[in-house]
Amino acid sequence: MSLNKNKDVFDCLIIGGGVIGCSIARYLSRFNINAILLEKHSDVCEEVSSANSAIVHSGYDPKPGTLKAKFNVLGNKMMEQVCKDLDVPYIKNGSLTIGFNGDDKKTILELIERAKINGVKARFIEKDELHNMEPNLNEECLCALYAEDSAIVSPFELTIAFMENAMDNGVKLSLDSEVINIERDIDNGLYHVYTNKDEFIAKSLVNATGLYSDKILSLIEKPSYKINPRKGEYILLDHFNANFVKHTLFMCPTKVGKGVLVSPTTSYNYIIGPSNELTDIEDTSTDFETLNEIKEVASKLIKNIPYGEVIRTFAGTRPNPDTDDFIIEESKENPLFFNVGGIMSPGLASSPAIGEYVSNLIKEKLNLSENLDYNPIRRKVFKLTSLGKDKYNELIKKDPTYGHIICRCEKVSEGEIIDSIHRNCGARTIKGVKKRLRAGFGKCQGCFCQEEVLKILARELNVDINQIRYKDEGSEILKYPSKGE
Amino acid sequence: MNRAVDLVIIGGGSAGLSAAKSAYENGLKDILIIERSSELGGILNQCIHNGFGLHKFKEELTGPEYAYKYISFIKENNIPYLLDTLVYSISPKNKEITYSNSEEGYTTLKYKALIFAAGCNERTQGQIMTPGERPNGVFTAGLAQRYLNIDGYLVGKNVYILGSGDIGLIMARRMKLEGANVIGVSEIMPYSNGLNRNIVQCLNDFNIPLRLHNTVTKIHGKNQLEGITISDVDDDLNPIKGSEEFIKCDTLLLSIGLYPFNAMLKNSGAKVNLETKGAYVDQNLETSLDSIFSCGNVLHVHDLVDYVSLESEIAGKNAAKLVLEGRKIYDKVILTSHNENMSYLLPNEIKVYDSVENILFSFRVKKPISKAEILFKDENGNIIEKFNKVDLLPSEMVQLNVSDLPLNDINSLKVEVRAL
Ligand SMILES: Cc1cc2nc3c(=O)[nH]c(=O)nc-3n(C[C@H](O)[C@H](O)[C@H](O)COP(=O)(O)OP(=O)(O)OC[C@H]3O[C@@H](n4cnc5c(N)ncnc54)[C@H](O)[C@@H]3O)c2cc1C
Ligand SMILES: Cc1cc2nc3c(=O)[nH]c(=O)nc-3n(C[C@H](O)[C@H](O)[C@H](O)COP(=O)(O)OP(=O)(O)OC[C@H]3O[C@@H](n4cnc5c(N)ncnc54)[C@H](O)[C@@H]3O)c2cc1C
Repeated sequence: MSLNKNKDVFDCLIIGGGVIGCSIARYLSRFNINAILLEKHSDVCEEVSSANSAIVHSGYDPKPGTLKAKFNVLGNKMMEQVCKDLDVPYIKNGSLTIGFNGDDKKTILELIERAKINGVKARFIEKDELHNMEPNLNEECLCALYAEDSAIVSPFELTIAFMENAMDNGVKLSLDSEVINIERDIDNGLYHVYTNKDEFIAKSLVNATGLYSDKILSLIEKPSYKINPRKGEYILLDHFNANFVKHTLFMCPTKVGKGVLVSPTTSYNYIIGPSNELTDIEDTSTDFETLNEIKEVASKLIKNIPYGEVIRTFAGTRPNPDTDDFIIEESKENPLFFNVGGIMSPGLASSPAIGEYVSNLIKEKLNLSENLDYNPIRRKVFKLTSLGKDKYNELIKKDPTYGHIICRCEKVSEGEIIDSIHRNCGARTIKGVKKRLRAGFGKCQGCFCQEEVLKILARELNVDINQIRYKDEGSEILKYPSKGE
Repeated sequence: MNRAVDLVIIGGGSAGLSAAKSAYENGLKDILIIERSSELGGILNQCIHNGFGLHKFKEELTGPEYAYKYISFIKENNIPYLLDTLVYSISPKNKEITYSNSEEGYTTLKYKALIFAAGCNERTQGQIMTPGERPNGVFTAGLAQRYLNIDGYLVGKNVYILGSGDIGLIMARRMKLEGANVIGVSEIMPYSNGLNRNIVQCLNDFNIPLRLHNTVTKIHGKNQLEGITISDVDDDLNPIKGSEEFIKCDTLLLSIGLYPFNAMLKNSGAKVNLETKGAYVDQNLETSLDSIFSCGNVLHVHDLVDYVSLESEIAGKNAAKLVLEGRKIYDKVILTSHNENMSYLLPNEIKVYDSVENILFSFRVKKPISKAEILFKDENGNIIEKFNKVDLLPSEMVQLNVSDLPLNDINSLKVEVRAL
């Protein structure tokens, strides 16, 4: 097979469309640059960034002096404004790290000292105040570290919004593009990047491939670190009561482990987990034993979690590097090859800070000028739930499809779905619509609206309905025409 | 825009349509049916198989044929309805609902009475926490039915079915006839959850094996389903180690139960029947909220549409009476209860008026009982009414129309089902 050779020489090519790659793309678009991002899946945000706890950690926890501490604290400070600019759901709900005994209390006091060093607000909370803040807590919860700057965010919408905004400002995106080889031309220093259908040439590369960052690095040099994937399984509850739990509840770390967390999400669902298991890199399956263990540990925080409200279980894999810190550096052997790997937790919280930092690094090295047309604001998503009656009716007058509700669990209109398809970095799959708008993310998990979403996708993308996929190639929903009667 | 009607009916499925017809026949003309999808008929539209109407019309109809009987009544009598219109919320205090559609936008509507007939949902993989991956290829049986019967496509060719609910059984036969390889059905309980006639006509006649006390314990494949692991379960329904078997398939259909789509009513403050997950109702099918009635699958899950119609006629008639005649004074309220052999009993309470009419009781048994007596007892345990029934199954809801209960003489009512 002959490769489709891209004639452009890109200033920068980013490999990986997770929150890190997309954030770097967005901050790079502040400069005059010809940049492209390659992602192997049919959409961005399909791996680590799509299955995590979605917490914008305050930053009290990472060891002072590490990259984790630096970027977490910075990222937390940036996130609120970023979410405003990009119209991404964000709630500063604060976190409570809960202790159950004297040992825990000691640990919490130490963590408060560490918070001071990291420059993070943290306060010790006694039992009475704690139970006032969270009335559904288990009686045995004794005290807590309260971090008021901890927040929650929608990781899908954040990642997608980064990419959309990057594209609004000129960055290109190539999906279904798995990088299989990289070569550096020693004569001119240009990188040749190969997928199974294309060849791209670029002056600089960013490796933001999450779980695969050591493997991608090994295409060009011997990696200095190794990713040890660790799986985290979760249980997700419906949004049955917005007051069930308000803060993110962590358990005080002990020698045995970090326990599990219980937290609201930005749509007032509740997330319980994660487990922490060594795993195969491709494995994101859940299993009975682990889910039961999660339930048992979580009952220490909250006694009667209504598991009748479960709508989904899922798992994500942590790209934990053996160095136990983020790797954010230019390769010593291969100039202009930037490694942004091993971005474990708190990678989501750190993402804006990492994006800004790496893009500044590239700016300096490539001597880029400011993009005077750069617009950091993403066009708002018209959510019926956030617009208010009058504005909403004005919108429907202009575009009646906004009055036609497709997803009855999450109240998503046809207009929103059409818009999500035609934006930059638009939805092309059922799962793509789900990640952008929550249609199919609710209690019925799409048994009512999937068919309608499929038809809208086919119509708007101008393809036959049997071309519409759930996610990647091979996951077409309508597989065989019926014989008819 | 602000509007007002005497009776608003939420849902244009068989429950909503039957209720509308009966309200109309009882003299109420100012009715509005609101339906979310683009046609009336609800779930019946995708049930193209036979077997509807045997009780009600004494003939075998398909789902759409059954629905048509009601839709034509609605159209002939010009009973207004809105399609592609979603009801957002109910405000019982102001007797208002809000809905949205493309023509009117977000609209508030005042009602004198409301019938909530929004149907049910299918339970999903997430709700029963089936472990494994989350690829394409796992569908609720009803969604796969829709893709096949409405859109003309099979979602796969090597099919396994989890749960022996009726929709799954009907889809087993349907996909087999379409040339798919239907490998088998697993049911976690020691008995099937579908109607007997469906087990015979959909599985046995096609040699499709039914594994009882067996369930899916892992889903394989990241992007597209590649197979499943099934395991036997013990008496506590926990998987038995060592009994695992891998089955290669591209489709897993879930037919693991239905539940009332009652969230909106619940969020409006209606009392919920914890056993059915539908509303708590009296014998007129009025909920705990003033002038709000509920019927059909949103009240409790029905197996037969004929019973949906019978029940919904009660809601329609009583809603009409309430609007036309005003609220009557009742002497007392009798609470109902049931024994351990039953999973629920409706109605939850009986309001005793001077003229008491027939009362429609509905219930399910927890386990199959081949010969049973059904006892109605007062607060002292005295038997005030008694019926005999054969072949009671958890999968078959029982409706009993009971007249002449001595309601003036009793203060509570317990219904008991006993094996003979
Ligand atoms: C269980 C769990 C809980 C977590 N909780 C939190 C939390 O609460 N707060 C927080 O801040 N962080 C949390 N994290 C961490 C956070 O999710 C990650 O740090 C972040 O998502 C990493 O983003 P990424 O872009 O590096 O990786 P990814 O999102 O995995 O992106 C990498 C992308 O590269 C693509 N790719 C890989 N190889 C190739 C190739 N050869 N060619 C083309 N594309 C390729 C992949 O498809 C993928 O899309 C959690 C992580 C896990 C697993
Ligand atoms: C898949 C399936 C197969 C069945 N097969 C058989 C069979 O073979 N034989 C048999 O006799 N019976 C069968 N039944 C049983 C019987 O036909 C149904 O129980 C009956 O039709 C249900 O009627 P319903 O009106 O309660 O619900 P539905 O038909 O579900 O109608 C509810 C309607 O309400 C609408 N709605 C919901 N929420 C809103 C809202 N907020 N605003 C506006 N509209 C709303 C929905 O769009 C829907 O049209 C089957 C049931 C199901 C679910």
